[in-house]
Amino acid sequence: MSQVVAKDPDLNNLLSIFNEELKDLATKIYIDKTERVIYIEVTREKIMDLAKKLLHLGFDHVKSLSAVDYPQEKKIELMVHIGSYLRVVRKYTVVIKSALERDNPRVSSLTSIWPSAEFHERETWEMFGVYFEGHPDLRRLLLPEELEGRWPMRKDFRIITRKAGEAETPWK
Amino acid sequence: MEVSGSQDITQELAREIFRVVETGVKEEGERLIELQIGPTHPGSGHMRILAWVDGDVIVRCDPDIGFVHRTIEKLSENRAYIKTIPLVERPSLLDTTPMTIGYVNALEKLMGIDVPPRAKYLRTILAEITRIASHLYGIGILAIFLGHSTGFMWAFGDREVMIELATMLTGARITYAYVIPGGVRRDMPQNFPDAVEKGLKYIEKRLRDWEKIFLNNPVVERRLRDVGILKPNIARILGVTGPNVRASGIDYDVRMVEPYEAYDEIDFMIPVAEEGDGYARGLIRFKEIEQSINIIRQAIRKIPSGEIISPQISRLFNPLMKKIYAEQRRVKLPSLMATLKPPKGEAMARVEAGRGEALFHIVSDGSTNPYRFRFITPSFRNVILFKYLIPGHRIADLPAIYGSLDYFPPEADR
Repeated sequence: MSQVVAKDPDLNNLLSIFNEELKDLATKIYIDKTERVIYIEVTREKIMDLAKKLLHLGFDHVKSLSAVDYPQEKKIELMVHIGSYLRVVRKYTVVIKSALERDNPRVSSLTSIWPSAEFHERETWEMFGVYFEGHPDLRRLLLPEELEGRWPMRKDFRIITRKAGEAETPWK
Repeated sequence: MEVSGSQDITQELAREIFRVVETGVKEEGERLIELQIGPTHPGSGHMRILAWVDGDVIVRCDPDIGFVHRTIEKLSENRAYIKTIPLVERPSLLDTTPMTIGYVNALEKLMGIDVPPRAKYLRTILAEITRIASHLYGIGILAIFLGHSTGFMWAFGDREVMIELATMLTGARITYAYVIPGGVRRDMPQNFPDAVEKGLKYIEKRLRDWEKIFLNNPVVERRLRDVGILKPNIARILGVTGPNVRASGIDYDVRMVEPYEAYDEIDFMIPVAEEGDGYARGLIRFKEIEQSINIIRQAIRKIPSGEIISPQISRLFNPLMKKIYAEQRRVKLPSLMATLKPPKGEAMARVEAGRGEALFHIVSDGSTNPYRFRFITPSFRNVILFKYLIPGHRIADLPAIYGSLDYFPPEADR
């Protein structure tokens, strides 16, 4: 894996640590233009090991856990934003990306490593239908009951609009 | 059924506030009562708190949120980029500017637009004005939760001063949509610095009154001290953000960590408290108002003259827009912005809103709408505290903890 070179020396140090520590786990490591975000791509099976390593490196909380739906490529990409309260690394955000099968998206729950992921995983479950194995309490969070089992944030979910005065119809 | 053993709250009031719906849940030989607090705003906001109580001690707590969910992430996928600017300020009506700054920053990163310095300062000034307003709102809600109606009235009255200042700058009271890609919508009026100084002097004077009536009030101290203690390591594990984490001894503030807009040119400090209790969380908000006053004063003094919109945008102006911009210093968005097509890619921005860190991530596929827009508000990250901080406390402490967290349901639900 070739190393990405940044202008910021601290980030270069961090990247070399990442390349060393995560060389068996990550499939790709790259940074954005502002040099504040580090993207790490990983396969679904290795996400727990990667999370353990990142926790060990000081990234102690989940800022956001979500997904992006790509129907054409038949995948749902898990997108996890990890941050830290430690002074050395807190200016960087790590974004973990992992492609899941769109037909049956399943991934190990990160709550055992980062408990802060709990509500984010519940949201991703109800919005995308990504099942988190080992989550302590995987239930609906924001949506009403009638949307249970329908994944509104997926691209094929059709939005029904109604005209003024028209009665509300149930979701079909 | 009755809520027994409460000393701080009368039986009648308890019956009125809490609807007791289910009784007789047996767990480990104890008799637990399930209380449904809310969602019809009995001081819970637009959310429901399910609490299982043993006597009057809360054993288990489950926040049921989503009553004011606006589907912002889905809506933004179906509208043009600039139409999402007014959308992101809807959830947190009290500090709208940090939210628009975050979204616009992400968009600017995606498109590679540079912002002129004067626009950066104007954004900073408005963000701090709304931060003061937001903290005053939070303090007001905390006060009324403690039964301190004077504090509630005072906070909402004082907040009006900040709203008037924002109205002078932007023309709107709450939803400004002042921040646009490449700059801001209008320049500050001639008399704005004087008005700001007058308003800030008033708030400073009021902060001394606040100290007397609220911070040094024995009732407030008794209700908040050593209540809802959030230890630093727990705060770190739960990913708590904003004044709540700073009250637990962690000096995390995005304005310091990753300075955006004009914050790197301004000298200010981040107030931190060690105790982590409700009182510390209230106190931090007062200290932050003082710092915001400091930031606004410096920004007004240092603000450079020059353009308020990036040349990358202003070169698209038609002659009428150029005339309006030259004469009135107001920016009319070029029609090309309605069909704005940022290049393919993704960008992330984070800002420190009044209640903590907000995160914005845009995934663009090169079309006129965002392919995916991830929007995380500070209240959504703090909602986990209801589950893990409240158990072990008495029912009467629940409003005090809730108020001290400055949790805002519409912001969490998005």
